[in-house]
Amino acid sequence: MTKVHKEAITGAQAAAYAMKQIEPDVVAAYPITPQTPIVEYFAKYVADGVVKTEMVPVESEHSAMSAVVGAAAAGARAMTATSANGLALMHEIVYITASMRLPVVMPVVNRALSGPINIHCDHSDTMAERDSGWIQLFCEDAQEVYDLTLMAVRLAEHEQVRLPVMVNQDGFIISHGVEPVELLPDEVAKKFVGELKPLYPLLDTEHPVTYGPLDLYDYYFEHKRQQIEAMKNVFKVFPSIAEEFYNITGRRYNFVEPYKMEDAQYVMVALGSTNGTIKYVVDQLREEGKKVGLLKIWMFRPFPKAEIQRLLTGRKAVVVLDRSASFGAEAPLYEAIKSSLYEVASKPLLGSFVYGLGGRDINPELVRFAFEKAMKHELVVDQELYLGLRE
Amino acid sequence: MPLTMKKLAEIFTNKETGLTQGHRMCPGCGAPITVKLALMTAKALGYEPVIGFATGCMEVSSTIYPFTSWSVPYIHNAFENVAATISGVETAYRALKKSGKISADKKYAFFAFGGDGGTYDIGLQSLSGAVERGHKFIYILYDNEGYMNTGNQRSGSTPPGADTTTAPVGKKIPGKVQLKKNIVEIIAGHEYVYAATVAFGEPMDFMSKIEKALSFDGPSFIAALSPCVRYWRVPEDQTVDITKLAIQTKYWPLYEVDRGVYKVTRKPSTFKPVSEFIKTQERFRLLLQRPDAQEIIDEIQHYVDRRWERLLALEEATKDKPIR
Ligand SMILES: Cc1ncc(C[n+]2csc(CCOP(=O)(O)OP(=O)(O)O)c2C)c(N)n1
Ligand code: SF4
Repeated sequence: MTKVHKEAITGAQAAAYAMKQIEPDVVAAYPITPQTPIVEYFAKYVADGVVKTEMVPVESEHSAMSAVVGAAAAGARAMTATSANGLALMHEIVYITASMRLPVVMPVVNRALSGPINIHCDHSDTMAERDSGWIQLFCEDAQEVYDLTLMAVRLAEHEQVRLPVMVNQDGFIISHGVEPVELLPDEVAKKFVGELKPLYPLLDTEHPVTYGPLDLYDYYFEHKRQQIEAMKNVFKVFPSIAEEFYNITGRRYNFVEPYKMEDAQYVMVALGSTNGTIKYVVDQLREEGKKVGLLKIWMFRPFPKAEIQRLLTGRKAVVVLDRSASFGAEAPLYEAIKSSLYEVASKPLLGSFVYGLGGRDINPELVRFAFEKAMKHELVVDQELYLGLRE
Repeated sequence: MPLTMKKLAEIFTNKETGLTQGHRMCPGCGAPITVKLALMTAKALGYEPVIGFATGCMEVSSTIYPFTSWSVPYIHNAFENVAATISGVETAYRALKKSGKISADKKYAFFAFGGDGGTYDIGLQSLSGAVERGHKFIYILYDNEGYMNTGNQRSGSTPPGADTTTAPVGKKIPGKVQLKKNIVEIIAGHEYVYAATVAFGEPMDFMSKIEKALSFDGPSFIAALSPCVRYWRVPEDQTVDITKLAIQTKYWPLYEVDRGVYKVTRKPSTFKPVSEFIKTQERFRLLLQRPDAQEIIDEIQHYVDRRWERLLALEEATKDKPIR
């Protein structure tokens, strides 16, 4: 195992530290709470000459993503980071990045999407991008932010993938909370990440290419199909990257993390930092002899359906926690889990809980309440319930 | 020896200009003439052009997949962000050169092309940002005074009295009532920039400004009057002459602002009334049928006269007073 050093840092620092070791050629970014510290830390690395990266302090997130597209197409490794309204302002170009198959990695610090304006955590920002063609990873803590950011570069740049990746961390909860994080030595991280092999770079004037042409009904569909296939390749590619990472760090990643699931009859499913709280409650309930478990989702896009089906079939009940709503329809994670379970041999009872919108606290009591509802068989499929809401 | 049209013609008899055959632009369209003249100048001077294009008529007509008319590297990203996109390309170039990943020998010329809609209106923010940050690129606005790709809508560049689909000449309202936005002044207001107007009816002036922009160590902005035969409703073989008429009527004065120093680069000895320019184009047909036509034409005449005087005064006042 590699020698590491442990530091007490925030999730934002963890992202910036990973970016320092990745040392992209170009970073174009614009500040927005709670993402701001990432670009601030990174700008300091640039100012101090710690990295050779060219920093472009653009005038908006729309231009940040646009400049990243230009830089990545030119043949550079390019990154940015954002949150909430910044991500929404990028939206148009977020799709274009994926459709140009540019291997961009972007830390996203999740925050409620206006309005009314709110700077605290929920997942409404990133959920609005779930069909944009980006790979979406979710972190439970700062350690995962660091680890997944490094792995994201490998995944994005893999020749069978060539798709952009969002590495999501919960606003303030992870981005501003201080935790001990194990950090790899620079050379080890750099070696793991490797060099970008640019494909069809614009700066190769001997082999001129046209990016972003007009693509009508005679080819557009086929190009979308190629994107769909590239997304599917993530299932083949990610495990080997995670295995390599495990060999270096001893930390094992996968599409999902099953926690105390072996004999669990009541399983909770969630994204992000809340998984830490759920683990705590699972431990308590286990001590009380309750057969509960957790299925943490690391990868939301592409959605690891086969894995989820295998792990959830035959359970008594599955409780899905969503940190965003889908107005007039089912909450996004619940919807995805429910549709995955349509084909399983033995379907669990399902429950949907929306929680934490706009940074509303989630605590062990609320998680326990949701588990108890399941254990008392009080779940009604498609009845959306709320945790921590005053009614 | 400055470049001449003859020299360009010689150089490019057996050499690609960058924009090759097969595009679907209308015959006589001003946009490809503008683009070609810029690319030929750059190539003739030993630069390798890398191009960003904003969504618009020229972009959709020159890159219909699986074909492309571009034999130079080309990227179209979206409508409002060509300046930001090219600033990313240019930054990548600097980064890769610094880290030794690409050779420093090659002379690149980074061009961003946009129509008036993508420049005066929706793309102004990203253009301003890129100019303020000082990327070394040449932004060329091909100004056809309306949104052509979407079918003759008004833009911030459409002159008063011109008929457009979103500001039509009606019984009550005489089309667009506002004057053209003064885009050159806006861009020239960025403290470190070379900004100029050109028209391919004056190719020598055009080429020398591109040459200046190429050697300028910061952002350049070039506004090229580029008539649209469809919208202006002019005969295909008239576009070059119409740009000449625009210069002779003061409608499109040729000048430059080099870090705050104004210079009028063409001073016709005699001028023609602006109505001559207006009457060549069917887009003003409805205006000309209105009882208040003369009032509007007088307003435009008054405006172009004042602007001309102002330009001469600025030339005098800023002489030898560069901002930097
Ligand atoms: C965000 C966005 N809004 C609107 C459009 C639709 N649109 C495409 S091109 C265009 C007008 C282009 O006009 P201009 O920039 O003047 O170029 P031209 O077509 O005249 O050459 C519009 C409105 C778009 N592509 N993107
Ligand atoms: S419609 Fe106008 S701008 Fe478009 S190609 Fe034709 S002449 Fe050119």
